Amino acid sequence: MTTTAPATDTAADAAADRPAAAPGSSPWQLARRELRRRPAVRVSLAIVAVFVLMAAGAPWLGALGGWSPHEFDKSAVDPYLGGQPLGALGGISPEHWLGVEPVTGRDLYARVVHGAQVSLLIAFAATAIVVLAGTAAGIAAGYFGGRTDTVLSRLMDLTMSFPSLIFMIALLSVAKDVNRIVLMTAVIGIFGWPGIARVVRGQTLSLKHREYVDAARVGGAGPWRILTREILPGVAGPVIAYTTLLIPGMISTEAALSYLGVGVRPPTPSWGQMIAESVAYYETDPMYFVIPSVFLFLAVLAFTLLGDALRDILDPRGGRT
Amino acid sequence: MIVYLARRLLALAGVLLAIAAVTFLIFYVLPADPAAAACGKTCSAERLADVRIHLGLDQPLWKQFADFLTGIFTGRTLGTGQYAVACDFPCLGYSYESSLPVWDLLMDRLPVSASLALGAAVLWLLLGLGAGVTAALRKDTATDKALMVGAVAAASLPVYFTSVMLIYGVIRIAGLLPYPTYQAFTDNPLGWASNLLLPWTALALLYAAMYARQSRGSMIEAMAEPYIRTARAKGLPERTVVVKHGLRSGMTPILTIFGIDLGGLLAGAVITESIFGLPGIGRLFYGALVNSDQPVVLGVTLLAAFFIVVANLVVDLLYAVIDPRVRY
Repeated sequence: MTTTAPATDTAADAAADRPAAAPGSSPWQLARRELRRRPAVRVSLAIVAVFVLMAAGAPWLGALGGWSPHEFDKSAVDPYLGGQPLGALGGISPEHWLGVEPVTGRDLYARVVHGAQVSLLIAFAATAIVVLAGTAAGIAAGYFGGRTDTVLSRLMDLTMSFPSLIFMIALLSVAKDVNRIVLMTAVIGIFGWPGIARVVRGQTLSLKHREYVDAARVGGAGPWRILTREILPGVAGPVIAYTTLLIPGMISTEAALSYLGVGVRPPTPSWGQMIAESVAYYETDPMYFVIPSVFLFLAVLAFTLLGDALRDILDPRGGRT
Repeated sequence: MIVYLARRLLALAGVLLAIAAVTFLIFYVLPADPAAAACGKTCSAERLADVRIHLGLDQPLWKQFADFLTGIFTGRTLGTGQYAVACDFPCLGYSYESSLPVWDLLMDRLPVSASLALGAAVLWLLLGLGAGVTAALRKDTATDKALMVGAVAAASLPVYFTSVMLIYGVIRIAGLLPYPTYQAFTDNPLGWASNLLLPWTALALLYAAMYARQSRGSMIEAMAEPYIRTARAKGLPERTVVVKHGLRSGMTPILTIFGIDLGGLLAGAVITESIFGLPGIGRLFYGALVNSDQPVVLGVTLLAAFFIVVANLVVDLLYAVIDPRVRY
């Protein structure tokens, strides 16, 4: 989705290039105005907001249903039918809003809500690591150049040559008795940073000889001041757009790892792990399989749509090459 | 060109060496004791000590790594005295689980994974590029929007969900295909294709969606280049303009991700192979993980890295063929 309307172009140019901003409104105001104009953004923003609220307020929202995610409810499943949930649609009832798990009768609403917390916590934390490390490495490589650039760029190449999914699975299976959430965040983070570092490095290279940077340098500003005050705001647009597009990938990765059984350990729920457990029941109790899948799908979709829109507005030329 | 190639090959060797070192460290240093894993559950202390010597774990770390590398290039003898086992080139050790050479296991499974990856790749290139180019040429029309919304949605579906839905819809409900069992292409080409059709589709849907998005973007960019205007101005038919001038330069970024994706998929289709029960490298890897079969896990990781690195090199060389502006 490239920029089409003339208004979009103004906003995009302004965001990428501060001095070109129209008088009276800052580039961020223009970007916000442009965002508000798109229906896809409003829908995806609403979905994202619901999920973030769900994750942040999981203990309270989960409690609204009246069940804890680990609580068994044998009265909701039929012991004579192999533990099938009682009632239609996987046991959806006023008692269990999204039905129950077969056999155990654990409340799916409570598990999905708590799963949102685990899935999004890992995705956000891993994204934060990737963005911080990637931006720092990219700015350093781009600004200092020379040997710093060589070393960092080789490190990026090397990291990108790792078969990341295979490696993540292997690392997670080797490391046994540690906090799984912290471990997963770290492992996912390790392999994600080179992508954003390359984007930031390129952007920094194009910014570092701009007049306003030279002016700051002549004015006696040290490297730290130039990096944080002059370069960083210039790379912020692409970084924000890239970050939003990173999140759906992180959510999917967490789900895939938990699906394969090397991620979050039961009984802690995460969406990927719930799907893995429900695959065996896809025919007998389809709702059990569909519910976590739909949540995962919606989260990934909403973040992707939002990221796409942000990229169009903040970084119209990025993500193309 | 030759200098460039030599430099790239050298860099490739360096990257593989680094990956081998990191992988080796992870699998032989991090876990409590590889010997215990090799020896099994009912293992006396005496036997454990034997196994440790047999595996060379009494040696200093650098020596173990050097032996491991030597084994890959020249083969080596594992253990000493009456327990000595010859491990021929390329020696990646023996599986703890099946006691077969890791290399043989990998090569045994490779045709399955290669069939899966290559077939899926053909399908996703056709679907993805078709949708992407169509959308780019009809930019901002209803077709474009529909294709792109479809692509975002398809890319957001987890592959295990699509796979299960395909199995459910096509196999269980419609009964159109049997449950996939791998048949070698050389034995029965038709059976090979019909058994792999669903796994191909599941993978292709995911990747096609990403390729459609990517190729739409680069195609729009390519079609805005001045040489497209020149080509149109000199009266070339639109078809030639699109295919020969637009598509050709628009494909360069696609080629980059294609190399990475295909290289990654050759030994990385863990989920798809597991769901469809295909005896490929991904499933070998998964089984080895469950059984803490470290030599196999290490072998798969190295092979996967090898594919990715080689795919990257091939892609870079292909740039020069596709895009006449690229010179080495």
